[in-house]
Amino acid sequence: MSEEAHEAHEDHSAYYIKIWAILVVLLVISVAGPFIGIFWLTMVTAFGIACVKAYLVATRFMHITDEPRFVTYIVVTALVFMLLFFAAVAPDVMKPTGSNWIKPAWLAEPSEPAESADHAPAHH
Amino acid sequence: MSAIPIATTRSVTGMATGKLAVWWVVVSEIVIFGGLLASYIMHRLAHDEWANYAEHTNTWIGAFNTLVLLTSSLTAVLAHNAASMGDGVKAHKLLWCTIGGAATFVVVKSAEWTMEISHGYTITSNTFWSFYYTAAGLHALHVIGGAIIMMIVAADAKKGLNLHRVELIGIYWHFVDLVWIFLFPLLYIAK
Repeated sequence: MSEEAHEAHEDHSAYYIKIWAILVVLLVISVAGPFIGIFWLTMVTAFGIACVKAYLVATRFMHITDEPRFVTYIVVTALVFMLLFFAAVAPDVMKPTGSNWIKPAWLAEPSEPAESADHAPAHH
Repeated sequence: MSAIPIATTRSVTGMATGKLAVWWVVVSEIVIFGGLLASYIMHRLAHDEWANYAEHTNTWIGAFNTLVLLTSSLTAVLAHNAASMGDGVKAHKLLWCTIGGAATFVVVKSAEWTMEISHGYTITSNTFWSFYYTAAGLHALHVIGGAIIMMIVAADAKKGLNLHRVELIGIYWHFVDLVWIFLFPLLYIAK
């Protein structure tokens, strides 16, 4: 990096502080969401806001949109493969039975409380 | 508005090789953490009782650590900003602020885990707690690793050396922050 380029760079401190302030406000909203007691609203304030925060960090702090386009492509490709993984194995993980298979342990004891109850402290 | 990245050395890909390498690290980390989180989500959706286990995680501690990481991301990007202007000394100071954030995060996380373990919630208690300690522990290892690398970059920056690396460690650090942004609602809010 040349010295000329360093000198040409502007100070963006105020801009970054503004983005941080927005992120903190979003954090407060995501923490406050569950107190309202509406399930779908909690999901929106928790995960919807998480997506907004992630977008702000990726674009404003990581400057992904300033990089060559292929950087965005490889990141998106990784995320798409994650979704494929999710879609491919979700039925096996989430269902107790399928066309040619069952999970005997699940059917006998569909939830885990018995196992966990052994470890769940009574005094907590 | 967009900041101009300082690592602009020409290469065949149109970006500096070091920065390309960091982005590849980030992509591989997406697969690592993405796999873990996707597995957690699948199990969480299949087991309603996990909501009861999640009741025992402390939202306020999680929120505080989120604030710490967001603030450390701010100081990391401000360090990049200072390095872009050729101010290595300021970048060094801001990187140490980020390291301070990392230390705070790890100390708070340690206290939180101590409390949970003392109440009987260990990595072997059930699958929820296995996921909890694995995901948060893997993330904490990334925090510690990032802080160590940042110390090396900060030492160079103070001497005005390798200032482009301030941006590179910043990209990694923002990703660590990004992972926590999703871990926080998954482990502390969805109850």
